Amino acid sequence: MLSIKDLHASVEDKQILKGLNLEIKPGEVHAIMGPNGSGKSTTGHVLSGREGYNVDSGSIVFNGKDLLEMDTEERAREGLFLAFQYPVEIPGVSNMEFMKAAVDAVREHRGEEPLDSVSFMKKARERCKAVNLPIDFLKRGVNEGFSGGEKKRNEIMQMMLLEPKLCILDETDSGLDIDALQVVADGVNALRDSGRSFIVVTHYQRLLNYIEPDYVHVLSDGRIIKSGDKSLALELEEKGYGWLVTADEEGVA
Amino acid sequence: MSQEQIDQLIQKEYAAGFVTNIESDTLAPGLNEDVIAFISAKKNEPEWMLEWRLKAYKVWKEMVEPEWAHVHYPKIDFNEVSYYSAPKSMADRPQSLDDVDPELLETYKKLGIPLHEQEALAGVAVDAVFDSVSVGTTFRSKLKEVGVIFCSISEAVHEYPELVKKYLGSVVPQKDNFYAALNCAVFSDGSFVYIPKGVRCPMELSTYFRINESKTGQFERTLIIADEGSHVSYLEGCTAPMRDENQLHAAVVELVALDNAKIKYSTVQNWYPGNAQGMGGIYNFVTKRGIAHTNAHISWTQVETGSAVTWKYPSCILKGDNSVGEFYSVALTNNYQQADTGTKMIHLGKNTRSTIISKGISAGKSSNAYRGLVRMNPGAEGARNFTQCDSLLIGDQCAAHTFPYIESKNPSAIIEHEATTSRVSDDQMYLCQQRGINPEKAVSMIVNGFCKEVFKELPMEFAVEAGKLLEVSLEGSVG
Repeated sequence: MLSIKDLHASVEDKQILKGLNLEIKPGEVHAIMGPNGSGKSTTGHVLSGREGYNVDSGSIVFNGKDLLEMDTEERAREGLFLAFQYPVEIPGVSNMEFMKAAVDAVREHRGEEPLDSVSFMKKARERCKAVNLPIDFLKRGVNEGFSGGEKKRNEIMQMMLLEPKLCILDETDSGLDIDALQVVADGVNALRDSGRSFIVVTHYQRLLNYIEPDYVHVLSDGRIIKSGDKSLALELEEKGYGWLVTADEEGVA
Repeated sequence: MSQEQIDQLIQKEYAAGFVTNIESDTLAPGLNEDVIAFISAKKNEPEWMLEWRLKAYKVWKEMVEPEWAHVHYPKIDFNEVSYYSAPKSMADRPQSLDDVDPELLETYKKLGIPLHEQEALAGVAVDAVFDSVSVGTTFRSKLKEVGVIFCSISEAVHEYPELVKKYLGSVVPQKDNFYAALNCAVFSDGSFVYIPKGVRCPMELSTYFRINESKTGQFERTLIIADEGSHVSYLEGCTAPMRDENQLHAAVVELVALDNAKIKYSTVQNWYPGNAQGMGGIYNFVTKRGIAHTNAHISWTQVETGSAVTWKYPSCILKGDNSVGEFYSVALTNNYQQADTGTKMIHLGKNTRSTIISKGISAGKSSNAYRGLVRMNPGAEGARNFTQCDSLLIGDQCAAHTFPYIESKNPSAIIEHEATTSRVSDDQMYLCQQRGINPEKAVSMIVNGFCKEVFKELPMEFAVEAGKLLEVSLEGSVG
C-alpha cells in the first residue's frame, strides 16, 4: 500500500523529517505517536502533498506509483485522504456541493461517470447519519460555524463518502469529548477492511482504545525510534516519551 | 413570432457577435453638430429630439472628464471615436454557425452559453441591440396584449413621443455628468419599456447589447417606466469582440417606478475585458439611476466581469415615502482590469429603506473599488440603510478599495455599514485539493460561494450563467 524510504523533508528550510521509514500493507492500521514537534503532522502533510512541504530526499511509493510525482489533487484521487486537525471553513460553499465536486473528481479519475444527484444525496445522508451529523449540515457552508467536534465528524463523513484507500487521521481525537470520540472511532472502524489502510496520528493512547492499531510507531526528531504493537501505546501512556528519546540519543552516540 | 424564429433571432444575435467582417455603415470618427444631426436623421427623428440632443452637446462641451474615480487610462480623444455604426442589412449577419470563426465559437462555448441552450430563454422577451441599432424585439405583440410596451428607444421616439418627452432625462438630467451628457447628445439605441397601471409584466424583459464594429463607441439609452402598482423584471447582457484597441461604451439607464410599482433590473456585464497583458477592452462609463415614488421598489442586481475600465454606480432616489432601494453587486476584475463601481442611495422620503450588498473580487494585477454613497436627507424620517461590502483577493498583486460616503441629515435615520476583506486562503485551496478538486475548480467554487448572496437575486437561468462566467473570467488566476 505505502512504502516510505529514508524520507527527508523540510518546511521553510527547516528540516523536519530526517530519515523516515515506514511500510504499510493493505488493511493495516498504524498509529504514529511522539512528542510535540517530532514531525507527526508533517508526515501527513508531506504524504498529501501540501504546498511548502518539500521532500529533500527519499521515496514514497503508493500502490506501486511514485507518490512524489503527483499533485495534491492527484494523490487524493488515487485514494489518499487526510482528515485535518484544524479543518478550514469555506463560507458559502455548501458541504453538499463541495463533496459532490470531490466525489465526481475521484470518479472521473477512475474513468467513472459522475454520480447522479439522487444517488449522491442518498449516500451523503447515510454518511451523515453514521457520524451523527444532522442532515442539514449538507446544506451548510463547509465547516462554516461548525463546532470543533462537528468539524471532526464532518471530516470523517467526507472520508466515508470518498472511500479512500489510505486514510490519514491527523490528531482527529484532539478537542473531542468521549461521546464524539466514540462516534469518530465507529466511523473509522466501519471503514476498516482488508483493502484499506490507516495512519492514525495521535498524542494520546486513549484514541487507540477505540481504534485498535496493528502497529504503533514512536516518532522523534523526524525518525521512527521505536515500533511495536498496541501494547507500546500503553507503555508510552505510563512512562511518557522521555526514556525512549534518551535511549535513542545514547544509541546514536 | 414563432418560438423557432425567436430562437433563431437569439442565436443570430449571439452568432453575430463572433463575426468580425460584417459590412456596416459606419460614420467617420469625430464629434460635432453635424454628426449629431446625422444620427438624428438616420433615425428619422422629430425636430424636438434633435434639439434635445444639440442642447446636451452644448452642455457636454462645457464639461470636463471626471478624474475622481480610482481608475487610470490614457485620455480619450472623443474625435477618434465613431458615433454611429449599423450593419448594412440584417441579411449580412451570418446565416449559420458555420460562418463563425471556430475560435470565437469556442470562446462562446467557454462562456457557458452554447447556443442550443438559449432555449432556456423561451420565457424571456429580448431586444437585441447591435452596435448603434436595435435589430429586433421579440414577443412584442404578446406583451402588447397586456398593454406592455417593449421596443427600441428609437421606435419609442416615434410611437410614444409623449412618454419619451415626459421621462427622458427626468432621472438622469443632461448635465448630470460628463458621460451622461455625451450620451444624451449621441445616444444610438437601447430599450424602452412601459408597464401600464397595475400590470405585472408576464415575462422577463431583456436586452442584449453587442459592440461589433471597431473604433466605434456604443451609447445605449434605456428608459423603463413602471406605472402605478405595476411590476417588471428586466435583464441586460453585454458582450463585445476581442480587439486590441479600447472601445467606449457610455450608457444611460433611467428607471421610473411610480407609486407602488416594482422594478427589478439585473445586469450581466461581460464586455471584452482586454487581454492578459491589459491591451484592449471596453471602457464602460455608465450612468444608471432609478427614481422610486411612494411605496415603490427598485432593485439593481449586477454581475460585472467584463470591461477594461468600469465606472458605474446604479443608484436609487427614494423620493416617495416607504420606498425601497436595493443594490446587489458582484464585480470581478482579473489581469489588468479596473473597476470603480458601487451605488448611491438617496433617501428623501419617510421610512425609506435601502440595502447594499457588494462583493468585489480581485485577481491578477487588477484593481477593484467599491464606491457608495448613502445620503439621508432632512425629510428622511425613520429611514434605514444596511450596507455590506466584502472584498475577496486572489493572489498578491491585486488591489481592493472601499470608498463609502455616508451623509445623514436626519437624526432618526439609521445607517449600518459592514465591510470585510478576505483572501482565498492557501488552507482553503489545500482542503479542496486534498479532496481531489483541481485548483481552478476550487477557486471558482470558493468565489461562487462568496457571491452566493448576490447570485440568489438573479433570475434563475442567469444565476447559472453568471456562475459559469465567473469561472471563465477567473481562468489563469491560479498560478
